Amino acid sequence: MFDILIPSLVDGLLLGFVYGIAAMGLSLIWGVMNVINLAHGPIIALGMFGIYLAFTILGLNPYLALVLVAFAGLVLGILIYYVAVNRVIDAPHLSSLLATFSVNMIIIGIGTAIFTVSPYNVDFTLGAVDIGPIRLLWTRVAAALAAVIVTGLLYLFLFRTRTGKNIRAVANNRTAAELMGIPSSRVLALSFGIGTMLAAIAGGLIATFFPFTILAGGGYELRSFVIVVLGGLGNPLGALVGGLILGSLEGIIPVFMQTSWVPVIEFVLFVFIILVRPSGLLGSRV
Amino acid sequence: MKILRKPGFWLPIMLVLLLGLWPVMTDNAANREVVNSILVSVALASSLNILLGYTGYVSFGHIVFFGFGAYTGFYLMSEQGWPIYAAMIMAGLVPAVLAYLLGSAILRLRGAYFALATIGINEAARAFVKNFDPLGGSVGMQLNFQIYNDYGGAAQALWLTYYLLLGVTIVILIVSYLVRFSKFGLGLMAIRENEDAAEVMGVVAPSAKTRAYVISAFFPGIVGLLFFFKNATILPGDAFRLHLSIETIVMVMLGGAGTVLGPVLGGAGYQRLRGTLLVTPLFRNVQLVVAGVLLLTIILFIPAGVVGWLRYHVRGLRRVLE
Repeated sequence: MFDILIPSLVDGLLLGFVYGIAAMGLSLIWGVMNVINLAHGPIIALGMFGIYLAFTILGLNPYLALVLVAFAGLVLGILIYYVAVNRVIDAPHLSSLLATFSVNMIIIGIGTAIFTVSPYNVDFTLGAVDIGPIRLLWTRVAAALAAVIVTGLLYLFLFRTRTGKNIRAVANNRTAAELMGIPSSRVLALSFGIGTMLAAIAGGLIATFFPFTILAGGGYELRSFVIVVLGGLGNPLGALVGGLILGSLEGIIPVFMQTSWVPVIEFVLFVFIILVRPSGLLGSRV
Repeated sequence: MKILRKPGFWLPIMLVLLLGLWPVMTDNAANREVVNSILVSVALASSLNILLGYTGYVSFGHIVFFGFGAYTGFYLMSEQGWPIYAAMIMAGLVPAVLAYLLGSAILRLRGAYFALATIGINEAARAFVKNFDPLGGSVGMQLNFQIYNDYGGAAQALWLTYYLLLGVTIVILIVSYLVRFSKFGLGLMAIRENEDAAEVMGVVAPSAKTRAYVISAFFPGIVGLLFFFKNATILPGDAFRLHLSIETIVMVMLGGAGTVLGPVLGGAGYQRLRGTLLVTPLFRNVQLVVAGVLLLTIILFIPAGVVGWLRYHVRGLRRVLE
C-alpha cells in the first residue's frame, strides 16, 4: 500500500508546484483586474512549444530557454492586454471573458496551422535517483525548484519594488491608485504580462517531462481554475498551496480508484468550494 | 391575440420557418443538413439567451443540459424502447429538474463566480458520464439501426427529426418572446441591470432566476436528443463539449444578447460563417483564427451585437426588431 502511495504522492506534489505556477498567473490577472483569462491554456501550450523550438532548433538547454520563453510570454501578454483587454476592462464580465476567449481561438488557430494537433516531445532527461521506494526524476525536481524560485521572485517583485507596489495598489483600488498618479493602464498591462509569463513558464516546465500538443494547455487551464478557487482568487501564494493540494490529490486518488475518476472529484470539489467558500480555502472572508 | 399583430413576434419565426421550408421545397438532403446545423445553433442560442441575455448570468454550462437531455432520451430509446416523442419530453424534463436543483445552489453566486461554477459543472458532468458505465462510459452508446424502422426507415427518420427540430426551434422563439414581454421577463431584466435594486423593487430574485434557468435548460435537452438520434451514437466528449457552450455564448453575443431576433441571426450567422470558412481553401487551416479575429472585433467595437446595433442606430427599426 504505502510503497505505491508514497511515490505517487511525491510525484503529484512535485507536479503540484508547476500547477501552482500556472494557476498563479491566472490568479494574479484575476486579482488585479477582475478578468478571467480564457487564453491561459493556449499560452501554457505556447510555453511548451517555445521550449521545444529552443531545444530542438537552437539546441539550448531547456532551463536556459525558459528565460527566453518567460520574456516572450511577458511581451505577448502585454500585447494581448493592449489589443484585446484594455477596451473592455470596465465592461461587464462577459465582454472580457469573450475577448480573452477570442484570443484563445486565434492562438489555437495559428498553432494548429503550424504544429497540427499531433503530439510533440522534448527529448531531454536529467536521469533519476532512487530513495527507498521513491524514484525521483531530476526534471521534476528541477521544475519544482524553478517553481519555488519563480514564486520567490514574484513576491520580491510585488512587495519590494515600486512597480510591484503599484500593481498591488491598482489591485486594491484602481480609482484611488489613479488619483495617486499611478498609470493604471500601464500597470494593468504589466500585470497581464506577468500573468501570461507565469503561464508560459509553467508550460515550459511541463514540456520537460510530458509530451504535449497545441491543445494540451486546456487541461492545465481547467486545473488552474480549480487551484485558483482552492487557494482563493487573487491570492498568488494561495495558488501555490492550491497547486500542491491538487497535485497531491492527483497523486493519492489513482491509488484508490481508476485514474479517470480524478477529474470528477476535482471538479465536484471545485464547485463545492465555490459554493461554500468562494473566497477560497486560504482567502480572507469576503 | 394582440401579440399576433406584433412584427417583432413574427419576424424571427417567419425567418426560421422560411429557412426551414427551403430544404423541404427543394427536397434536398444536403440542404437539409445545412439547415439542420443552423437550427441546432439557433435553438441553443435562443434558449441560452433567456438566462444570458435577459437575466445577465453568464453560463458556460449550457451544454450540460444539451448532453444530459440527450443521454436521458438516448438511454430511454435504446435501452427501454421508448418512442421518440415520449423520450423528447423526458429529455426536456430531466435537465429542467437538474437545473432547478443546481440553480437553487449556484444562482446565489454572482458574476464571474457563477461563470466559473458552470465551467466546473460542465467538466464534472463530462468526467462523470465518462466513468458511468450504465450510460456507456467513455465509449458512449449506439442506437440499434432497427430503431429507424419504427419511423419508416432511416431516410424518413432523418426528415422526421428535422421537422421535430424545426418545431422545437419555433416553440423556443415563442417562449423567448413571451418571456421577454411578460412581467416575469421584466423582473429578469431588472435583475440583469441591478440585482439589489430589483429586489428592493419587489422582484423575488432567487425564484425568478431559478425559473429562468429552468426554462433555458428545458429546450437544449430536446435539441440534444434530436441531434444524437440523428447521429445514432453518443459520446461523452461530444455531448459535454465546453467549447460548444462557449460557441453558443458567442452566437448570442454576435446577434445581440437580450433580444428575441438576436440569437436567430447570431446562431445562423456563426454556423454559416464556420461552414464557409471550413470549405474555403484559403481559410480552411486558419478558420479558427478568422473566427477569433471577427469575434474580438465585435466584442471590442459592437458589444450590443447586430440587433442591438441596428436598434440603436436606426430609429425606425426599434419597433420591428425585438
